[in-house]
Amino acid sequence: MSFGGRLSTFLVLLAVAVGAAVYAVVTFLTPNPQVVDFTGAQAVGAPVDLTVQTVGAIGFGKHPTWVSYLVKDPGGQWIHSTVWKVPAHTRINVTVEQYDSGSPLRNQQWGLVQGTTGGTASLNGTTFSVYNSYDANGVGHTFAIPTIGLNVPLVGVDPNATNTCGAAPCTTNYVHNVMRFSFTSPGPGEYPWQCFVPCGLGFLYGNGGPMSTINYMGGFLDVAA
Amino acid sequence: MTDTAPTPSAHQPAGPPSAEPRHFWRMFAIWIVLSAILDPLFYFLVGPHVPPGTMTSSAAENQLDFNILFVIALPVILAVWVYLGYSIIMWRASRKDAPEPVGGEAARTNLRVQTAWITVTSVIVLFLAGFGTYELIQNYGAGGGQGPNPIWKPTASHILPVQVIGQQWKFTYRYPTYGGFETQQLILPADTTIAFHVTSLDVIHSFWAYQLSIKADANPQVDNVAYTTTRQLGRFTVRCSELCGLWHGAMYNFGQVVPKAQFDSWARQTELTTAANTRLLPPFAWTYVPDANGAGGGYYNNTVDPYSPSEVYGARQPAS
Repeated sequence: MSFGGRLSTFLVLLAVAVGAAVYAVVTFLTPNPQVVDFTGAQAVGAPVDLTVQTVGAIGFGKHPTWVSYLVKDPGGQWIHSTVWKVPAHTRINVTVEQYDSGSPLRNQQWGLVQGTTGGTASLNGTTFSVYNSYDANGVGHTFAIPTIGLNVPLVGVDPNATNTCGAAPCTTNYVHNVMRFSFTSPGPGEYPWQCFVPCGLGFLYGNGGPMSTINYMGGFLDVAA
Repeated sequence: MTDTAPTPSAHQPAGPPSAEPRHFWRMFAIWIVLSAILDPLFYFLVGPHVPPGTMTSSAAENQLDFNILFVIALPVILAVWVYLGYSIIMWRASRKDAPEPVGGEAARTNLRVQTAWITVTSVIVLFLAGFGTYELIQNYGAGGGQGPNPIWKPTASHILPVQVIGQQWKFTYRYPTYGGFETQQLILPADTTIAFHVTSLDVIHSFWAYQLSIKADANPQVDNVAYTTTRQLGRFTVRCSELCGLWHGAMYNFGQVVPKAQFDSWARQTELTTAANTRLLPPFAWTYVPDANGAGGGYYNNTVDPYSPSEVYGARQPAS
């Protein structure tokens, strides 16, 4: 092969390698989950109903064994997304169907309900403001928006129950807890939310994997004007 | 090459040589005037606004240090710039009657200039090293973490201890003198010496209270102590300054320095309202042992084995 031919081959291969590397990095850095929009689902100023579920294993996708959140879109379909768009300065009524088991919290501080309307949440209809994570089945996850001081412990289900949900989306036929609380959305902006239970099993201190990947145990509350 | 190659002297203009201006004294005059104008201007107009402000003793001292450094450094910078500017103008190649080589014989070496430069800059650097050390000592660590056994301790009769607990991805605060309650809010009393005890429940974080001029690493199982004395009321920003994972960028909150009476009222009220949760927290300790194995509980006094005997998800730990 001539020098020109070898050079062309080299440059083409180099371009392909660089392109693949850039694509891999960009794909890794921008998971780009689907945004579930609640801004048009109700009249202006009316409360937004946000229903989510937490599952011990998502059961599909790149990481089927990872713990995850799912959200019910305004059409009633369960969507694997953790980026939710809501209107600003609006009451958000949250219902969490919690299908995962629990454990004592690393920091019991996250057993304290904070930042909700009235400073309380409800567990299967019973109102509470502090949950002892050493009781019963412990806390499975927390729903927290740290920048606005919101935190609600999500109480774990009995891991020995015969009808635990193995893969999402789970239905209410499986053992679960229903947590309810409300809060007022802040001004426009993007507010990260996360879980304070280090539930990334197998990762150092439990905060890798699903805890460090958007679309599993963290996401954004995308507050629109 | 020929025998008739031009020499520097061949470029000298014909006629009687004109007297060479006293370049050094000209530059010196420009430099001293600029320094005498700009140094006070900076110190009195800009200095009071230099970060991190004067909200605490450490912030005020650090501001003073920055201003002293700048006031000393500015004349040095000006000396270099004046020399550079003067040279560009006076000895530019296109200038008529410029001597060759540029700058003349004296520009090649000047023992007095070299000695003076080395001496002056050495004195400045040594002085600043001494000044910095003095400021570090007399300001009890200048707001930096001194580790678990601080060398320089404040002499104030009353020191308020506040524990800073880093965790992915939020700082929380415990007040041991108010029953050990824990909160997401950092409220401090004015005119009070504060001892921040900074630790972590997982990876390394860094507690940076910008306007307080406090910056101390938060390491698991380490009690890193930093001191300051609050002087002004107001809000301040707390950020994590150690890259600690996905939500590192969102790991911030705002604190507030309030009057003593208001602080006491807030602390007692918070102690009361969080009592139910405080009873569930581990007893106050300077460090805690995080569970490295995942979600299974843990946030212990530093008296138990840091590692779980079992890696089973949700397994209870020895101290739970």
